[in-house]
Amino acid sequence: MTPSTIELVPTVEDRRIARHAAAAIVLTVAEAAIPLPLPGVKPGLANIVTLIVLARWGWREAVWVALLRVVAGSLLLGQFLAPGFFLSFSGAVASLVTLGFAMHLPRRWFGPVSLSIFAAFAHIGAQLVVARLWLVPHDGVFYLTPVFAAAAVLFGVVNGLIAARLLRDRPAA
Amino acid sequence: MKRKLADWLPLVKPGDWLVIAAGLALCGVAAATLWRGGAPDKAVVRAGGEVFGEYGLNAPLRVEVPGPLGTTLIEIEPGRARVAADPGPRQYCVRQGWLTQAGSVAICAPNQVSLSLTGRGGQYDSLNY
Repeated sequence: MTPSTIELVPTVEDRRIARHAAAAIVLTVAEAAIPLPLPGVKPGLANIVTLIVLARWGWREAVWVALLRVVAGSLLLGQFLAPGFFLSFSGAVASLVTLGFAMHLPRRWFGPVSLSIFAAFAHIGAQLVVARLWLVPHDGVFYLTPVFAAAAVLFGVVNGLIAARLLRDRPAA
Repeated sequence: MKRKLADWLPLVKPGDWLVIAAGLALCGVAAATLWRGGAPDKAVVRAGGEVFGEYGLNAPLRVEVPGPLGTTLIEIEPGRARVAADPGPRQYCVRQGWLTQAGSVAICAPNQVSLSLTGRGGQYDSLNY
């Protein structure tokens, strides 16, 4: 084998991002095995990882982890560049932008639960907009908005609680 | 179980409760606005008992319907329709104004013209004033 002439030296940060992204990808794949009543209603367990990375290592790393997860997760599930991928991608981008603003809320009053709910709403909002503009050009897509919103609250609270608990009980790795 | 719940509760901060409440309120508002039902999707015009025409409520449109007394003018706008003019003596159907609910009807009996809105999830067959 010819030795590579390009030497890529991963930094500590790179390794950390890779480790967290791997955890998020595992959650994404595991979650895909759960049967769900409606397309679009998903627990979004991988966002727990995003929330933890955001709280510990900041927004930039959270963006890396979330986007790596969307791309690699879709490759593993055979969804890459399929409509589902663009829905996940737009949802992830929207929730990252929202988190970028929401993370500056006073931590004394707003914990991971708030961030999780905000992210969940941004996720579902962006997906509905993309679906309306591109996949289903009819206002009928919005008919299930209340269901999606309820799911966003429920799973937002659950994911936020798990993230908060892990942040409290586990030391930074 | 109780001990476990007590373990989780401190993780929810005061602001979090507000956000949860706001999220639930948003669900309620969304359900109330999107699931109110009764939004019409079509206007059916009848003349002399026969269906004269069916029109989607998407684009503005004016329909002239001939009857025994003269011409009844039906006006359609996105989401609503009305009888704009009628040769009948008492003008009941004109004074009914815009119809916006599925199932509502304006009848111009003297000229034998009626306008009704149809749609999925109409809450009643007709409205009387």
